Amino acid sequence: MEKEIYERLNKVFRDVFDDESIVVKPETTSADIEDWDSLEHINLVVAVEQEFGMKFNMKEVTTMKNVGEMVDIIISRIG
Amino acid sequence: MKELEYPFDVEYLIKNKKKIKKELLLQQNLLEKNIAILGGSTTSEIKNMLEIFLLNYGIKPTFYESEYNQFYEDAMFGNEELNNFSPDIIYIHTTNRNIIQYPDIYDDTKQINEKLNSEYERFHNIWEKLFSKYNATIIQNNFEYPYYRLLGNKDAVDPHGKTNFITKLNQKFYDYANETPNFFINDINYVSSSYGLDKWANQFYWHMYKYAMEVPAIPYLAFNLANIIKSIYGKNKKAFVLDMDNTLWGGIVGDDGVENLEIGPEVPSGQVYSEFQKYLKENKNLGIILNINSKNEYENAIAGLNHPASTLRPDDFIIIKANWNPKNVNIKDISEELNLGADSFVFVDDNPAERQICKTYVEGMAVPEIDVPENYIRIIDHNAYFEVTNFSKEDLKKNELYKDNAKRSQMMATFENYNDYLISLKMKAEIKSFQPIYLERIAQLSNKSNQFNLTTKRYSLADIEAVNNDDNYIKIYGKLEDIFGDNGVISVVIGNIKNQDELHIDLWIMSCRVLKRDMEFAMMDELVKKAKEKNIKTIYGYYYPTLKNKMVSNFYDLQGFEEISCDEQGNKVYKLDISNEYINKNNVIKVEE
Repeated sequence: MEKEIYERLNKVFRDVFDDESIVVKPETTSADIEDWDSLEHINLVVAVEQEFGMKFNMKEVTTMKNVGEMVDIIISRIG
Repeated sequence: MKELEYPFDVEYLIKNKKKIKKELLLQQNLLEKNIAILGGSTTSEIKNMLEIFLLNYGIKPTFYESEYNQFYEDAMFGNEELNNFSPDIIYIHTTNRNIIQYPDIYDDTKQINEKLNSEYERFHNIWEKLFSKYNATIIQNNFEYPYYRLLGNKDAVDPHGKTNFITKLNQKFYDYANETPNFFINDINYVSSSYGLDKWANQFYWHMYKYAMEVPAIPYLAFNLANIIKSIYGKNKKAFVLDMDNTLWGGIVGDDGVENLEIGPEVPSGQVYSEFQKYLKENKNLGIILNINSKNEYENAIAGLNHPASTLRPDDFIIIKANWNPKNVNIKDISEELNLGADSFVFVDDNPAERQICKTYVEGMAVPEIDVPENYIRIIDHNAYFEVTNFSKEDLKKNELYKDNAKRSQMMATFENYNDYLISLKMKAEIKSFQPIYLERIAQLSNKSNQFNLTTKRYSLADIEAVNNDDNYIKIYGKLEDIFGDNGVISVVIGNIKNQDELHIDLWIMSCRVLKRDMEFAMMDELVKKAKEKNIKTIYGYYYPTLKNKMVSNFYDLQGFEEISCDEQGNKVYKLDISNEYINKNNVIKVEE
């Protein structure tokens, strides 16, 4: 399950940042991806929500530290 | 690009906008425009989405984007970057989040009106300032409704209600727009209600990112805005090309018969087609040209349109292609006959396979992905193919204009060969010796004709009367009529009989409006017939060149004459021996006996 989520998430990241070289890991943060600024962050969140058919709430979005935490939230929603 | 036409896959657009942009930038001949976005909330994604929608319309924008919520400061005080930007379009993206003073529940009418005017004046000042500084078109959002109603239903009615206040403020914006050229309203009030106000106003996006609407709604906003801009730059569509069976009515007219078509008020499926026809008729009244492209027998197509419940009549269409040609071939023909590029067409067909073929073969044509009949209007309408920005009286007449122009070329285009076209015109000629009632017209023609005039000899009315009374002349006039109407007297030939058996052609003229109808051959046939009756053996023709009559320089060659002399000025003398058999040259015009 977690592996599959990472695969799908990786595809979303590559689409949103239009960069086929991206490989996301639990410890990946915005500092690791060049185009990942606060504006693109919004698009990323929307794209992830649409990919997994779930919504993040405000608190989650504001406290998320890295990709690993994002995946934890996704699993808790769709798991 | 299909992905950028309504209905959109928002998820796809948000994820792939960078890829889409790269692809669209490969297009040739993009129209470059400078667009300043002055925002009252976050505009980043609005800019990105607007960019791809505009690129899809062939417009390449360069953007100036104000800092967060600096629309007022940028407009009123400017800054160096904006000053140097020289925008073509200034888009003011404000929303009800930018209304500073709503009515307070304790306010009296006067105080409410003061607030209303003060809100309006703030915007009015911005527009006037921008117009005075820049030679640009301004596009201003109106206001969407509030997402909560403190007074419930009365919020819309009572002057203290935010809903009521916004409605009045919007009306003031519209009044300004109606009297101001180059000022357009981006109707987010409509877009938000069409999208769903609760979703549109998802407060998560405001509190998280200061977006005044949810991010998935942005493609709808940007599309609406792009439609205004493409319309300003003349990129609207101009014509509908419509399928018939299961598009204009339910059923197949050729199989089911006219009486069994679903159209009219009796049954739901008939009602839905009636409404669609009515929608098309309303478009026609706006100057949108309607055409038919249907696989049908022509008679059946016309019979369907003459169904008593059909709102659209054969007369509502400029070109009706009802045949068994591939539809993309018909589209090409329609384009040629209307003299309009196929990229200005909207092709409506219920059959996905036909849509696909036409989309593939006809570049730039809009092919809306209609699904079930009850959705036809929404899908076509929301694509804003005919977005109205400027509306003129000429637009209302456009259909009639195209109708006249199309008639003849339409006939011509239907025929593989020109002779068949001429035959289809069902031409009838009257070619006779001068008659008193035509003498004036004949004299007039001899003085007006310059191009199709072999000798450019001018005759007064008295001259013509003299010729008419002299038996030494063979003098004939020709009248021509075709299915489009009577052209009247359009050709005159006068020949002088000399030395018993010679006929010398003093005058040969024809009006240019009947060029290339073979009328000159019909005239020659008749002239020869009359000459033979007078025992003429040789006809002499003369060509005297002028600056204007080059088109007939080889006229006698084409008539089978032999050139016998040509002087230095190019004056030529021809002769034709008619003592033997003469074969008539005209076979397309019926000449009255």
